[in-house]
Amino acid sequence: MSAVATGPAAGLPRWAVVGLLPVLNLLAAFAVSGLIVVLIGESPWDAVRILVWGAFGFEEAIGYTLFYATSFIFTGLAVAVAFHCGLFNIGGEGQAYIGGLGMALVCLHLDFLPFALIVPAAVIGAALFGAAWAFVPAWLQAHRGSHVVITTIMFNFIAASVMVYLLVNVMSRPGSMEPESRDFAPHARLPLMHDVLAAVGIDVAASPLNLSFLWALVCSAGVWLYIWHTRAGYRLRTAGASPPAARYGGISPPREIVVAMLVSGALAGCMSLNELMGVQHRLVLEFTAGFGFAGIAVALMGRGHPVGIILASVLFGALYQGGAELSFEVPRITRDMVVAIQGLVILFAGALEFMFVPVVRAVLARRSGG
Amino acid sequence: MESLTLLVLVLDSTLRLSAPLVLAALAGLFSERSGIIDIGLEGKMRGAAFAAAAVAAVSGSPWAGLAAGIGTSVLLAMVHGYACITHRGDQVVSGLALNILVSGLTAVLGIAWFAQGGRTPQLPGEARFLPLEWPGAAALRDVPVLGALYGELLSGHNLIVYLAFLAVPAVAWVLYRTRFGLRLRAVGENPESADTAGVPVVGQRYRALLCTGVACGVAGTYLSLAQSAGFINDMTAGKGYIALAALIFGKWRPVPAMLACLLFGFLDAVAIRLQGADLPVIGEVPVQLVQALPYVLTVVLLAGFIGRAVPPRALGVPYVKEG
Repeated sequence: MSAVATGPAAGLPRWAVVGLLPVLNLLAAFAVSGLIVVLIGESPWDAVRILVWGAFGFEEAIGYTLFYATSFIFTGLAVAVAFHCGLFNIGGEGQAYIGGLGMALVCLHLDFLPFALIVPAAVIGAALFGAAWAFVPAWLQAHRGSHVVITTIMFNFIAASVMVYLLVNVMSRPGSMEPESRDFAPHARLPLMHDVLAAVGIDVAASPLNLSFLWALVCSAGVWLYIWHTRAGYRLRTAGASPPAARYGGISPPREIVVAMLVSGALAGCMSLNELMGVQHRLVLEFTAGFGFAGIAVALMGRGHPVGIILASVLFGALYQGGAELSFEVPRITRDMVVAIQGLVILFAGALEFMFVPVVRAVLARRSGG
Repeated sequence: MESLTLLVLVLDSTLRLSAPLVLAALAGLFSERSGIIDIGLEGKMRGAAFAAAAVAAVSGSPWAGLAAGIGTSVLLAMVHGYACITHRGDQVVSGLALNILVSGLTAVLGIAWFAQGGRTPQLPGEARFLPLEWPGAAALRDVPVLGALYGELLSGHNLIVYLAFLAVPAVAWVLYRTRFGLRLRAVGENPESADTAGVPVVGQRYRALLCTGVACGVAGTYLSLAQSAGFINDMTAGKGYIALAALIFGKWRPVPAMLACLLFGFLDAVAIRLQGADLPVIGEVPVQLVQALPYVLTVVLLAGFIGRAVPPRALGVPYVKEG
């Protein structure tokens, strides 16, 4: 995840590692995606054209793209913060799910609060519950050495069971069999961006883009400050880079592990603000819809840096929104195609990160040598 | 008498539900004992289930389906190997990528090819693996106890169920009694020493992943050609992860892993039975609690509160030859 050319990419110039390799990896993922479209019997060029138009072609589309991007920013940041401490948090899905529970509890039961208080309370609820769901895996990794990858996977499944139980048996709408809570009060909802902008005289098309987008940007700036410009962030990165060195410097790696996972879980929990408080206005089953896992792709693409994560989130948001338009225009290419592309991006940008290093090295050597 | 019938019924479905878990856990065992983390069991199973159902639907032969299932799973295992062994990529990232890729791809291809909302066509009996009736099972059915045990519990499963449980001693033998098994464990525990002793680490790990692919392919085929009559979207429903949990629960050993699979299968069978049932004293047991139990138990085990699960020493560490 580090942007310094070490490991397999050692010796390559920085621009090649930060700029060229990710682009090559992304192109490889898109090339394979194109092959899949060909396999289905459709034209990949038409697919790309419709997808780009569907994501950016009109005002409403841009709103939707940024709406999806908001969720990706939260889960992407969550994965990145854990990464900087050397941890692989694949529990974003469960943490976002339980974070939604915390947020919904605030919106449902503290709705006597005015809007100006209930919004921060909901943010705290989402972050607190998300962090709490990350705490047990974090503590077990820090103090018992239980691998956080496995425990967070398990906690994703436990979260799913807990939420089904709660929504079916405890929190369901009175008089309804649907596994969903009652609606949040009107003042316990996040205002939509087009309403906010209309209030200050700017007219944009209606879309589900809401205030949580701004909160996502604030969180991005916060993570950037925290990781690279505070003592706490330095401790966290040191513990991630080299636990023995950290210990030598008086830093307690177990403590940093717990802190990193709590921050990570809190960020993942905030994803629910966008989906539930912004759009659904109630707690529903499986609202996380894979966004937690997608955060891994986003963090890998963005190389763990908030700016990269925002760019990667817009890219994935565009894929989601463009993919929806695409499945509307070409019914044989369903929205699941976007999931497949996500998988390919994780494969090429993550696991096969350095596949093109020998090629790039050879090309650069020939240029400088000739 | 009635409680015996109930017990036999639950144990009977326990066997049926744990068979794919056993196969997938054995698959994971090959990979992880050789030092390669495999959280991609889920994806390989799903891919195999889809390919098997698709090919069986077109060809009408369960064997062609099985071959396609194994082929798909092996292909995915080789991609995992290419990323993790050849390019020394992150093993968790690669496994996760393949899971996500397969979950998208099976849905896309299923809808594009069969236009049934992601399902494959309903398979007729001759394109599936059907229950095998043991000799004399029908005659013994009315004999008390023995009839239930032999006629219901042992007889009447499909070929893959028997294969799954026979594979356990076979894998244990391969792992502990053959040169292949010794080398497999060596590259997973201490690849440097294995390399010094002349064991090709890279080749041995690829061979381990080949075994993983085959076993996972059979597990996936079981889901769509034996347990069901076709592929349904999300039919793996976390079974690959449960199998991984069972493997860890069994401390990466074949027989204990199988016992863990049986335990998790039993919990699943009980959960199905308990659906809406009102028990005396306890009242209605939340099914979700029983369903979450395998995951909770695995976390408790990993926490070191019931024994200690020590993974193969080189698990997750790419091998770099010195030189």
